[in-house]
Amino acid sequence: MHAAVIVFPGSNRERDVVRALTLGGAKVSMAWHADTALPAGTDLVVLPGGFSYGDYLRCGAIAGRAAIMDAVRAHAARGGLVLGICNGFQILCESGLLPGILTRNAGLKFLCHRQHLKVERTDTAFTKLYRPGQVIDVCIAHGEGNYTADAETLARLEGDGRVAFRYCAANGDTHEAANINGSLNHIAGIYSEKLNVLGMMPHPENFVEDLMGGTDGLPMFKGLAA
Amino acid sequence: MKARVTVTLKNGVLDPQGKAIEGALKSLGIEGVASVRQGKVFDIEVDSTDRARAEAILKQAGEKLLANTVVENFKVEVL
Repeated sequence: MHAAVIVFPGSNRERDVVRALTLGGAKVSMAWHADTALPAGTDLVVLPGGFSYGDYLRCGAIAGRAAIMDAVRAHAARGGLVLGICNGFQILCESGLLPGILTRNAGLKFLCHRQHLKVERTDTAFTKLYRPGQVIDVCIAHGEGNYTADAETLARLEGDGRVAFRYCAANGDTHEAANINGSLNHIAGIYSEKLNVLGMMPHPENFVEDLMGGTDGLPMFKGLAA
Repeated sequence: MKARVTVTLKNGVLDPQGKAIEGALKSLGIEGVASVRQGKVFDIEVDSTDRARAEAILKQAGEKLLANTVVENFKVEVL
């Protein structure tokens, strides 16, 4: 498994995700936003978290139109894997690789804390090492994570099983209070139609070693490299 | 040619920032404000003296970058 982590001006979680991918067993290289091609042999593209272009205009809007994104779109169209975390999810939505948009958190606060997520399916390249119905404990850190889409798109995502993760309580309950940022249907992450592109607001790379306080993010990176 | 592109939220899209501004106006004692929706204004100079051409360029700019049409509308005015 060869992963390429794309670095945009203002990305700030690229080294954390490189560490997580390496721990998982992947070979990792970094690519620059102005590059027009991915490193040779790239199996997985990762768009890391951060504040690309200072979140100017809309989060991920300018990065979503960067030169490298044509290569990322071509990679995804060939069935290649793409993972966007936090700002990376916003970039995937703005680039047209995933539907919908992440808007300002309903409570207006920047949220930064541990968060439980329900793993909706375990038959994808990203979640195959989780157990069906598993509730994982990861971290969130975002101001614009409120997932919004039109009713038709939402129905399609739900109908096709394209919701990857939902915000939930520790016991897996998706009651209203567990919806931390106002996202439609508690959506924390979604897949593309062919399940090869995943965008998620939470940070699995934050919890990959005991030292960090948790390891529930590690199965994603191990699964991707396996 | 000077032009202005105005981006506004579509009806029905939640606008927590607008709500917060609405609350702040009320707390300042500014009365008579029923509701606030926040948008964006782009003042753009276009390298063209042809009005139709300028409008076409700005329409493309609105669609491709300035607005996210999932939640926003935009309006082009050549001044």
